[in-house]
Amino acid sequence: MKRVQFGHSPVPYFFIAPQILIIAIFFLWPAAQAVYQSFLLEDAFGLSSQFVGFRNFADVLASGAWLQSAIFTAVFSFLVAFFSIAISLFLAVRADEVIRGAKSYKTLLMWGYAVAPPVAGLLGNMLFNPLMGDLYKLFNSFGFEFNHIQNAGDAAFVVTLIAVWKQVSVNFIFFLSGLQGIPKAVTEAATLDCKSAERRFWTITFPLLAPTTFFLMVINLTYAFFETFGIIDVSTKGSPGGSTATLVYKVYVDGFLGADMGSSSAQSVLLMIMVSVLTVFQFRFIERKVHY
Amino acid sequence: MQRKLIALAALLIALVAIGFYFFTQKEDVAQQESEPSSGPVEIVWWHAMDGALGDVVNQIATDFNNSQEEYHLAAINKGGYEDTMTAGIAASRAGTAPHIIQIFDAGAATIINAKGATYPVADLLQKYGVGFDINDYIPGVRYFYADSNDKMIGMPFNSSTPLLYFNKDALAKAGVDVPKTWQEFEEVAPKLKEAGFEGFAESHSPWIFFENFMSRHNLQMATANNGYDSTDVKLLYNNDALKDHWKHVKAWKDEGYFGYYGRAWGANQDAFLQQKVAMWIGSSGSFGGLKKSAQFEFGTSTLPYWEGVGDAPKSTFIGGGSLFAFAGHSDEEYKGVAKFFEFLTKPETQYYWHKETGYVPITTAAYELAKKDGYYEESPDAEVGIQQLSEEGGDWTKGYRLGFYVQIREVIYREVDKMMNGEATIDQAFAAIEEEGNALLKRFNDTYSN
Repeated sequence: MKRVQFGHSPVPYFFIAPQILIIAIFFLWPAAQAVYQSFLLEDAFGLSSQFVGFRNFADVLASGAWLQSAIFTAVFSFLVAFFSIAISLFLAVRADEVIRGAKSYKTLLMWGYAVAPPVAGLLGNMLFNPLMGDLYKLFNSFGFEFNHIQNAGDAAFVVTLIAVWKQVSVNFIFFLSGLQGIPKAVTEAATLDCKSAERRFWTITFPLLAPTTFFLMVINLTYAFFETFGIIDVSTKGSPGGSTATLVYKVYVDGFLGADMGSSSAQSVLLMIMVSVLTVFQFRFIERKVHY
Repeated sequence: MQRKLIALAALLIALVAIGFYFFTQKEDVAQQESEPSSGPVEIVWWHAMDGALGDVVNQIATDFNNSQEEYHLAAINKGGYEDTMTAGIAASRAGTAPHIIQIFDAGAATIINAKGATYPVADLLQKYGVGFDINDYIPGVRYFYADSNDKMIGMPFNSSTPLLYFNKDALAKAGVDVPKTWQEFEEVAPKLKEAGFEGFAESHSPWIFFENFMSRHNLQMATANNGYDSTDVKLLYNNDALKDHWKHVKAWKDEGYFGYYGRAWGANQDAFLQQKVAMWIGSSGSFGGLKKSAQFEFGTSTLPYWEGVGDAPKSTFIGGGSLFAFAGHSDEEYKGVAKFFEFLTKPETQYYWHKETGYVPITTAAYELAKKDGYYEESPDAEVGIQQLSEEGGDWTKGYRLGFYVQIREVIYREVDKMMNGEATIDQAFAAIEEEGNALLKRFNDTYSN
């Protein structure tokens, strides 16, 4: 078969050039730098450096702290993505059904979106502060011996709660618009065929929302990996005992605070690989089940 | 719809234009400031002092600028200690380093071991200033930022030391005196508990209960002369004296004699301010802030020690930060830096700094001036820090120089958490600190020794 070739016009390249330029400057160039640095032992001021092969990676992988952080990051990201999607889906479905005062509900549910992660972290930290936190007092009045400053599990609960709370409103907006995109005719037809609202949701609405859910899953996992940094830095700083330090937070501590460029670059390269693998996995295996 | 879009686009363009206009305006102003036609030479100082401390720094800069006409000092706050150091590193790599930068105690090894990054203060004052004599400085601060040949590399600036603050009402209520030693503390703690207080809290475990514990008891903290002689060095924290101390701390916590409010400085200080704990170990630099916020009468005392351990009591280390001059500037500019360092170490400036902030004066002349002025008669608590630093020194009280110490402190913080919540025993925690600390020191040695 002969392929038809159309003459290319350079105009499209011209249009995408600014975007490519931005990606090159703000992503490709720093990423290449990180890969390069990860093979070096270099003093903080860049006055002397030596090539050390994979030593930085070996040092990172051999440290218990990194492994602990990797496990926490995996569990934390899964929990954050799962709960923030589940809760916001529930809220969106409910808010979509409301007729009276619908706008106020929706606005209130979207509000949290405007809160920056460090502010959310600060709020959470105050609510759980052992000296004055209201939630701290509430939990302990039920007889839990709750103390996120000392107990690793409680600390993980606090950062997960803040991260989920912060993300629910973002997901809510997407789910709500997803729900409104479902044709009325389909839902009405389904109502005639099936009485159970729950069954209708799982067989009609949820599959139709699948593209939105898939998109949010990718976005939320990335969020949990990277953007929760602000929450953790402000609320727990990875304590107690390093139990709430995500990989990104560790990169920050070793690179920015500790001036160990080699180790922190090696950690970012590992992180980059992990996130790429995760994204490829999502697109190959989960996206197949999504019908657009 | 289309109209709306056009309106939106117009608005965006307008915003960008306005932003750009102000941006360029600002640039112009900055240029005017940095390149005056025939004015003074610009000296840039990056520091980590914000809030009330920042105001005092700005006052000092203004006073310096008013005191002479050849140089203009611009003091710029770059955030916290770590932010300032990171900014300095980035600027130095990009070839736009400021003239002076403030570096905190744990970061000192990073800048001092990077050969050629800085211009040693002793040399700088010798060459461009009126000379330099290390004996002008009080003993406690003299060698902390010096190299192995006792040459001062960084100029001690905000020097603080751990002190015990006590709530006078709480101690009176329990009918006890402030403990000088940990043995005495064990006697007063049950009485304080009866009176409704936890004995004490502390705000910085690595600094207070590791580094200064070693200094107070004159115990060696690391091989190679506490790290001054070489970067090939190992930690000596895993010793019985320090482990015994932590076994006591853990027991005190379980008894309700010690309040552990996590690693955050403020949370532990708040426990003191809210009168949960009767005593609090913080920095001598906290004095000014406490004076403003405490709703009760408080006093200061020296850092408690174990009678009979090592040869306590010896002087403590200084904490805080020092000023380094970056390498690679012109003679003219270094003259200005020297001039400013001289201004900064003048007794009057030091006395002002000491009085406003609670940091100790770094020269004996300034200390004498404060005494002569009757400052300590009117507020005797302000003298405790400098007295403690002037206590008899030993072989292991002059300081330490350990690489990647910021990360080692992170390891310590982490293990202290685990000791306190029972996740690790004292022995396990100290084994982890030793192992991970030494691995970090080895990395540092491999990075900096060639």
